[in-house]
Amino acid sequence: MDRIKVEGTQKDHQVLLYALSTCGWCKMTKAFLKDKSIEYEYVDVDKLNSEDRDLVNKDIKKRGGRLAFPTTIIDDKTLITGFKKDDISKALGL
Amino acid sequence: MIKLENVKRRAEMDAKTHGYFLTPDPDFLQNLLEGLKENEERYGYPSCPCRLASGNFEWDRDIICPCDYRDPDVEEFGMCYCALYVRKDVADGAKPIEPIPERRPQAKIDRASGKPPEKKIPPDITGAAKDTNRKFFYCKVCGYVTFREEPPHICPICRAKQEFFEEIVLDTKIKVR
Ligand code: SF4
Repeated sequence: MDRIKVEGTQKDHQVLLYALSTCGWCKMTKAFLKDKSIEYEYVDVDKLNSEDRDLVNKDIKKRGGRLAFPTTIIDDKTLITGFKKDDISKALGL
Repeated sequence: MIKLENVKRRAEMDAKTHGYFLTPDPDFLQNLLEGLKENEERYGYPSCPCRLASGNFEWDRDIICPCDYRDPDVEEFGMCYCALYVRKDVADGAKPIEPIPERRPQAKIDRASGKPPEKKIPPDITGAAKDTNRKFFYCKVCGYVTFREEPPHICPICRAKQEFFEEIVLDTKIKVR
């Protein structure tokens, strides 16, 4: 499954975003990260085949989340469901 | 090709019918309408832009916009899951737009992720009443009947206010002769 990388000057944290290409909150999250110049990777899950979708579902569940978009995973440990700006900022030390 | 204009008109009309408003932020609105258009083009029906659809109509039925969760969500949180449809106080900016919890049952979400779930989903998952607290209500002004958790904000037929709705309590006995 390909992750799309968005360059940014802030590379202190590893940020992975599970998103949908159509979702308003996901677009807001992407814009927020870009605005803060955070480097991140994302996967548009609606564009994946069913095997990969299943992997995403399992990955999110394994980390204690549920399949909802956007799901932001910071440094492979903090999982944030939804565009919760404050939680994302906190995890990124902003 | 689906026209964005038509997607927009449909949403506007639906909001009007039910006494809701569309999200006040123009960029956010544009994104959601484009999402709906995209989904209608690829699946053949406008499934929710903020949820993962399976592409299987039966499995996606409950998330075709306006989804089954819109009315209780607007009632409880002032906006639907995507924040496309909002209540007046949100449209006026008195209450901010913010993410709300997902009301869709987990079993349905899992099904959309593609592979058949490990445990078999009981067949009554698509049953109308079983997984909700929906009840019947009727409009005392025009007689319109609806089946949902709370009476509608306004009557979509005669525009009477919520106070004019009364719950219908059904007491049925089925006899087999
Ligand atoms: S959450 Fe809102 S936009 Fe999404 S399907 Fe329901 S009513 Fe439509």
